[in-house]
Amino acid sequence: MKLARITAALAVAVATGAAALPAAAEITVPSLVYRTGPYAPNGIPWANAFQDYFNLLNERDGGINGVKVKVVECETAYNTTQGVECYESTKAEGLVFHPRSTGITYQLIPKATTDHKVIHSMMYGRTSAANGKVFPNVFNFPANYWDAASIMLKHAGDMEGGMDGLKGKTIALVYHNSAYGKEPIRTLEKLSEKHGFALELLPVDHPGQEQKATWLKVRQMRPDFVFMWGWGVMNQVAIQEAASVRFPMDRFIGTWWSGSENDVLPAGAAANGYKSITVHAPGASFKVHEDILSLLYDNGKGAGERDRVGEVVYNRGMLEAMYTAEAYRTAMEMHKTDNPTGDQLRDGFEALNLDQARLAAIGMEGFTVPVQVSCENHGGPGLGAIQQWNADSKTWTLITDFVGADREIIDPLIAEDSAAYASENNVEERACN
Amino acid sequence: MTNALQRLNPLRPEGIALLLLAAFLGRAIWWFAVSDARDTSFATEIIISGLLAGVMYSLVALGFVLIFKSSGIFNYSQGVMALFAGLFASGFMTDFGLSPFIAIPLTMVVMVITAILIERFVLQYLVGQEPIILFMATIGLAYVMEGIGDLVWGSDVKRLDVGLPSGASDFMFDCCNLYVEKLEVSAAVVAAVLVAALMAFTQYTRIGRALRAVADDHQAALSVGISLRTIWVIVWSIAGFVALTAGVMWGAKSGVQFSLSLIALKALPVLMIGGFTSIPGAIIGGLIIGVGEKVAEIYLGPTMADLFGANPNNFTAIENWFAYVLALVVLLFRPQGLFGEKIIERV
Repeated sequence: MKLARITAALAVAVATGAAALPAAAEITVPSLVYRTGPYAPNGIPWANAFQDYFNLLNERDGGINGVKVKVVECETAYNTTQGVECYESTKAEGLVFHPRSTGITYQLIPKATTDHKVIHSMMYGRTSAANGKVFPNVFNFPANYWDAASIMLKHAGDMEGGMDGLKGKTIALVYHNSAYGKEPIRTLEKLSEKHGFALELLPVDHPGQEQKATWLKVRQMRPDFVFMWGWGVMNQVAIQEAASVRFPMDRFIGTWWSGSENDVLPAGAAANGYKSITVHAPGASFKVHEDILSLLYDNGKGAGERDRVGEVVYNRGMLEAMYTAEAYRTAMEMHKTDNPTGDQLRDGFEALNLDQARLAAIGMEGFTVPVQVSCENHGGPGLGAIQQWNADSKTWTLITDFVGADREIIDPLIAEDSAAYASENNVEERACN
Repeated sequence: MTNALQRLNPLRPEGIALLLLAAFLGRAIWWFAVSDARDTSFATEIIISGLLAGVMYSLVALGFVLIFKSSGIFNYSQGVMALFAGLFASGFMTDFGLSPFIAIPLTMVVMVITAILIERFVLQYLVGQEPIILFMATIGLAYVMEGIGDLVWGSDVKRLDVGLPSGASDFMFDCCNLYVEKLEVSAAVVAAVLVAALMAFTQYTRIGRALRAVADDHQAALSVGISLRTIWVIVWSIAGFVALTAGVMWGAKSGVQFSLSLIALKALPVLMIGGFTSIPGAIIGGLIIGVGEKVAEIYLGPTMADLFGANPNNFTAIENWFAYVLALVVLLFRPQGLFGEKIIERV
């Protein structure tokens, strides 16, 4: 029971509290979490992983370049107003923010730019923030929603024997009726013009507990593929409904926020074969997990439950923390300081170059793809792979290589959308030399 | 009835609503007559799904009715009670490996203890207060129960398998090409049994008669020796039992998770239509909302496109708010709901 764990943790905290020493110089990283509310099942492992990764750096490496990291959590409950309050209350000590919600991200973009803070809305938020010339303080690498839509479509094309096989087919998009859920629509519309498939839009209102009408429509229109842009309970209900209307699971593909253990386990065997896009490998078989388990969990210092290390959302939180840590490291080395400013940290993000050698050095070889960010490109390489759920073994398995998005479609959309933002907000494009 | 019809003014909101309803029904009948078998089969499927979804809403609405009827309290925490019960039931089953036959009665014990604690620490201090104060207290109660549930069982999604059949019915698929969800059929059976049991309990048992007496007149009930505190514990326990039923059904459908508390929002239009004091009203209201929202979600867009050339995509994801439109239309005719008691206050 969770109560027992909390009691034990409190006992350890009380017992060790007396021995606490004054803190030396340290970096503070705010963590906007949602451990409560309807989206907490995803928010908790994400927050735990973020905490664990920085604790690992402190334990294993003595922090980032010898500077310890302190993670300060603030509860948003996935609520935009609370998220903005969290930003305001932690911005004095933090330089980089991870809003973990598209709604909060939209609110923080202008504030962070004015305050010289960095927003890393990893794989969510405003897609056109990938254009660093217009959004100097916002990053969304390693991939964005439009990349995801394109890569999911490529997989559908592969299943039809090539992209030409999509001509005349129907793809239904079941999406969360919010700014987040609507993000891929424009891209899919462009892609439908290019490849000649019909796109059917099926919005689902928050929280998505009841979707019968949506799936009756799916049953009636019998699309060739269903793509899903869901979050929280919407994912679980959709997967169960899809199984109930006997939609083939291998033609049901979710975005990366619709592809965690939380989404498939409630559906039991019915979820077998369901697919989703991802930017990292599933499971806990990498060196970094080994370190987290041996240095943190074996010593009672883990932020969450041991058996949840390696779950999809956990791995994503760990990835997010790793990017921040590496950007800090880069900024410190670039500017020869232990205490970078917001602008210097932004430089660190823009100079981030995580190649295979660096990934191997931090225990993530084979876990994810190399990432290079630049002044112009805040969106990273835009690669993704498809993973598939096995309900018997209760595991995700990567079934494709990491492939790129259709840049011919995506890049002009990013340029167009960011130009519209610049014009609406009187933002002058900066030069990137 | 004739007088009521004569009083109807087609220029007033209730008249307009009635005309629209008549137009809609006329069009629906005409559509059924001219459509092909596939379309009518699809429409039948929508109506069945709507009815079954409506029963699921009714399960939540019943808890509201029980407490409101006997104490005049609008229990904002009813949705959270369903979550709370679902958390305990799934927790007992997954964390302690208990069978549903033990876990569910054990959860019922938890709900009774909860009812006693609520009466002991909240309600007894608020006797005689304005209804709005009691309502505010139940808002606080909702947050406390949600917090305790989180503290004890965590926020993860929990699978709740109590052995009820789930998934599409093969028989209905094969014989009639109809998609009927077995879990929702089970819920309909459970709801029917629950309503029959509640009606029998309130009509034919001593405690039931005492509940009705308190519901009719607190002061009169007190004067004949009925203990208000005991009655409140009993009522909240029964509402806890209803919440447990709703929690188990919704939990079996979508997993037990904190968004479950939001199903209370689905129960509100049900109550507005059925009335806050009627057990059959909660069922009928649920059925009306269930069918109404499904029909609107699927047919309003194409209908608006046919009639006015509107973009049908602008009329999607309307289920949630359309339920309230239906409820508001009913309120125009019967502010107390279809089955609620008319409130007459003498001045």
